Amino acid sequence: MKDSVEGYTTADGRKIGAVVMEMKNITLRFGGVVAIKDISFDIREGEIRAIIGPNGAGKSSMLNVISGFYIPSEGEVWYKGSKRPQMKPFQVAHQGIARTFQNIALFEGMSVLDNIMTGRLTHMKSNLMQQALWWGNASKEEMANREKVERVIDFLEIQSIRKTPVGRLPYGLKKRVELARALAAEPSLLLLDEPMAGMNVEEKEDMSRFILDVNDEFGTTIALIEHDMGVVMDISDRVVVMDYGKKIGDGTPDEVRNNQAVIDAYLGVAHD
Amino acid sequence: MAQPTAGAGELRSIPALLHRNASQFGSSPAYREKEFGIWQTWSWAETEKEIEALALGLLNLGVNKGDFIAIIGRNRPYLYWSMVAAQSVGAIPVPLYQDAVAEEMEYVLSHCGARFVIAADQEQVDKVIEVQEHLHQFEHMIYLDPRGLRKYDHRRLHQFSHVQDQGRAAREEFIEELKARREPLTFDDTCVMLYTSGTTGKPKGVVLSNRNIIETARHSSDFDHLRPDDEVLAYLPMAWVGDFIFSIGQAYWTGFCVNCPESADTLATDLKEIAPSYYFAPPRVFEMQLTQIMIRMEDAGSFKRRMFGYFMDHAKKVGPKMLDGESVGALDRLKYSLGEILVYGPLKNTLGFSKIRVGYTAGEAIGPEIFDFYRSLGINLKQLYGQTEASVFITQQPDGQVRSDTVGVPSPGVELKIADNGEVFYRSPGVFVEYYKNPESTADTKDPEGWVATGDAGFIEDGTGHLRIIDRAKDVGKMADGALFAPKYVENKLKFYPNILETVVFGADKEWCTAFINIDLSAVGNWAERNNISYASYQELAGHPKVLDMIQNHVEETNLSVAEDEMLSGCQIHRFLILHKELDADDGELTRTRKVRRKIIAEKFNDLVTALYDGSDSVYTETEVTYEDGRKGKITATLAIRDAKVVPVTAKKIAAE
Repeated sequence: MKDSVEGYTTADGRKIGAVVMEMKNITLRFGGVVAIKDISFDIREGEIRAIIGPNGAGKSSMLNVISGFYIPSEGEVWYKGSKRPQMKPFQVAHQGIARTFQNIALFEGMSVLDNIMTGRLTHMKSNLMQQALWWGNASKEEMANREKVERVIDFLEIQSIRKTPVGRLPYGLKKRVELARALAAEPSLLLLDEPMAGMNVEEKEDMSRFILDVNDEFGTTIALIEHDMGVVMDISDRVVVMDYGKKIGDGTPDEVRNNQAVIDAYLGVAHD
Repeated sequence: MAQPTAGAGELRSIPALLHRNASQFGSSPAYREKEFGIWQTWSWAETEKEIEALALGLLNLGVNKGDFIAIIGRNRPYLYWSMVAAQSVGAIPVPLYQDAVAEEMEYVLSHCGARFVIAADQEQVDKVIEVQEHLHQFEHMIYLDPRGLRKYDHRRLHQFSHVQDQGRAAREEFIEELKARREPLTFDDTCVMLYTSGTTGKPKGVVLSNRNIIETARHSSDFDHLRPDDEVLAYLPMAWVGDFIFSIGQAYWTGFCVNCPESADTLATDLKEIAPSYYFAPPRVFEMQLTQIMIRMEDAGSFKRRMFGYFMDHAKKVGPKMLDGESVGALDRLKYSLGEILVYGPLKNTLGFSKIRVGYTAGEAIGPEIFDFYRSLGINLKQLYGQTEASVFITQQPDGQVRSDTVGVPSPGVELKIADNGEVFYRSPGVFVEYYKNPESTADTKDPEGWVATGDAGFIEDGTGHLRIIDRAKDVGKMADGALFAPKYVENKLKFYPNILETVVFGADKEWCTAFINIDLSAVGNWAERNNISYASYQELAGHPKVLDMIQNHVEETNLSVAEDEMLSGCQIHRFLILHKELDADDGELTRTRKVRRKIIAEKFNDLVTALYDGSDSVYTETEVTYEDGRKGKITATLAIRDAKVVPVTAKKIAAE
C-alpha cells in the first residue's frame, strides 16, 4: 500500500482519497485516569477505518472524541483541512458526521420509519411552528426527506418493518435500524460503535455486507470500533490498534495481524 | 369499461395484445409496484414504450430469432416486460425459479442453451456467474438492481436501464427489424417455455405456443367474467405456469392490472393495500393465513374471542349457502349482516380480501374446514385443477357449484376421459406443444390424438359431472390385504390441523399405515408459549412429549374420519413419529412448489420407516441437511414412535370399479 498525500488504491481497486480527519496527539483524562494517551492517526476519504483493542483500551472514548462528545484534554482534531474548535455534538452532526451506539439508542415507542426520519433532522429547515401547522415549506420538506428515508429503508431491506414500533424488534434488526438512522443523515463520515456486538454469525454477515455496500454505494467514509477480529480484518482498509489508551499498531489488516505488539496485547504475554 | 372488442383474427401473440391494450386502454394502469414506500404505476401506453425500448436494446445486443432468454427473479414489472420484449424480438422467454440453487440453474440454462439471462439482482447474477463456464451458449447477462455489482467485470454484464437507453438511442436503426420480427408472430410460435419442477427426475421444458396461452386466457377469462378493471397481486413464482397465465395471459387478454409486492416479507401489507379482485393462492397460503388468524385470536381478549367464535359459527352455517345463492331465513340474514359489520368485514379487510370477486386455489387439495372458513366469510373461493402441460386449466368450479371435495367441471374447450386404471386424461387447446429436446417424454405423455395423461387418479361424479381427484395415479396402491391405499387422502386430512405442516404416509404393500409428521413451528410454538413450554429449536419442540400427545390426538381423530370412508378405511395410521427436521426443497425432500417427494423421503429416512414397522419405541438417526448458503451439515436425533388408536374395520370391501 502506497500511502501518499493523494491517497492510495486498495487491493480491490477502490480509490481512497485525501485525509478527511486527523487526530493529532490526542490525550483524554478523566480526573486522574488517562483514557487515551497521545494518539495520532488519520482517516482518509472513502476508506473503512477500524479501531480495535481489548476491553478498556479506550476505543469508545476515541470514538467519542471523533464525534465531539468528549473534548480532548490535549491535542487537536482536524476535520476537512481545518482545526475543529470546541463543539456541541449537534454542531458536529451538522458537519456531516453521524454515528451509531454500542447500546442501541433508538426511540423504542416510535415506528422504524419515524426513528429513521429523526436522522433527517439536521437537514430540516422549517421550524416547529411550521411543522406543527403543516404550513409553508413543511410538507414539501417532509416529502423530500421521506423519499431519502425510503431509499435507506430499501437499501437496508427493512421495508417489512417500516411501521413496526422499534421496541418490538429483535436485537439484530434494531442495530440495522440504527444504522439506517445514521445513514439517513447522509453523513460524509459514519461512526459505528461495535456494529456487530451481540449478533449471531448470520446477522454479522448481513451487517458486514451492509457496511461494505454503504461504503461502495455512497462512498461514505466509515470509522468503526469492533471486537470481532475476523470481521474487522475482512472489511476494513486500515486498522488502528489500541491497548491501555495507547496506540500499539496502525496499518493494513495484514500488517496489524503480524505486529508483535498487537499479538501480545490480544493473546497476553508471558512475564518472567 | 367495456370488454375488449374481440378481433381475435390479429391477436395472435402477446405483443399484439399489448399493442391492442395500449391503444384501447392506454391510460389505465397495467402494472404497479411498491417501491420506496409508494405504489409506482405504469399505464398500458407506458408499458408498451418500456417494452419496446427493452426489445430494441435486446436487438442491439444481438438477440436472434429463436434464442432462449432466461429470466430469474421475484415478481417485478421489469421482468414481466422482459418476457414480452423477448417475444417481440422472436426470442423465447424461460422464467426460472429464483430460489433454485446454482446447479439446478445450470441444468436448465444449459438444457435450453440460453444465450441471454435477465437477472434481478446480485444474488441471481452470482449464481449464473458461478456456473457460466459450463454454459457454452451463454453470452450476455442483464441485471435489474445494480447494487453490489459495480466492481463486476462488465464485458458480458449490462444494466437493465442502460439496455433500454441504448435501445431508445438506436430506435431508428432497429425499429424496422423489430417490426419485422414482432408482426409476423402467429399462434404457432412459441410463447414461453416453462420448466416443470418435477416430482421425479430432471425438470422438463414445457413448450407452450401462443395458441395455448391466448386460447386458454380467452376461455378462462370468459368463464369468470374477468374485466379490465380487475386487480391481481403477482407474488407466486414467475417460473410457475399459473403466474404466467394470470399475470401475462389473462392480464394481456383482458387488460387488467398486475400489482407486484414490495418484497417477499411485505406480502401481507401489500395484499391489504391492493385488495385484489381476482386472487390465486395455493392451499398452503390459505392454511398459513388461517393459522395466523387463529393464533392472533387466541391472543385476543375474551370478549373479542367470544364474538369471533359466535359469528364464525353463524357464518359457517349460512355463509356458503348465501354465496351459492340458496335461500336463507331472514333472521339468519340479519345476523349475518351484523356479523359482516362486526367480524367478517374487518377480518376480510385485514387479509386484503375485501374486494375479491373470484378467488382460486389449486395445486393440492384444500382442507374442507379451511375452504369453508373463507367461503363462509363471503369470499368466492373456488377450486381448479390443472397443470403446466395444459396451460393450467383442466377443470374449474363454476360460481354456485363450489364444493371442497371436487375440482369442478371441465374448463371450456377441455375434454376429459378416465382410463381403466382410474387415470385422468384431457384434451384441450391449451395442451402443450412438446417437451423441449425430449421426444420420448412427449410421446409418453401426449398420444397422437392429443390426449394428455395427468398422472392423477380420479373419477367423474355421477349427476353433477364434477371431477374428483383421489391421488397421484402412481401413488395409489394396494395394501398387503388388497385394500386401496391413497396416501394423499390421509395426508390432506392430517394437514388440515393447523399444528401439522407436512406429513408423509407410508403403507403400500404393508399390513398397515404409518406416518411421518412435521409440526407447524408458528402454530405449535405459539401453543408452547401459552402453555409455558420452553424450547430452543424446532427439533426440541418436535420431540416434546406434550407435542407428541397433541399430535397423537390429531392422528386418532383423523383415523375416525378415515374409517368412515369404506373404500379407504384401511388407510388409518397405526404408528407415527414427528420428524426432527422440516422437510425442505433444498434437501430435495420437496419440490420447489413444495410437494412432497415420497420416494426420496422413503429412501433418505429408510431407518425411520423400518423403525415404524418393527415395533420399536424410539429410533436414533443421523440426517444430512443443506443450509441456505449451500453448505452441508449433519443433525442427529432420537425420535419417539407412538402408537395411535385405530377404528376396527369390520366389513372390508375391495374397491370395485
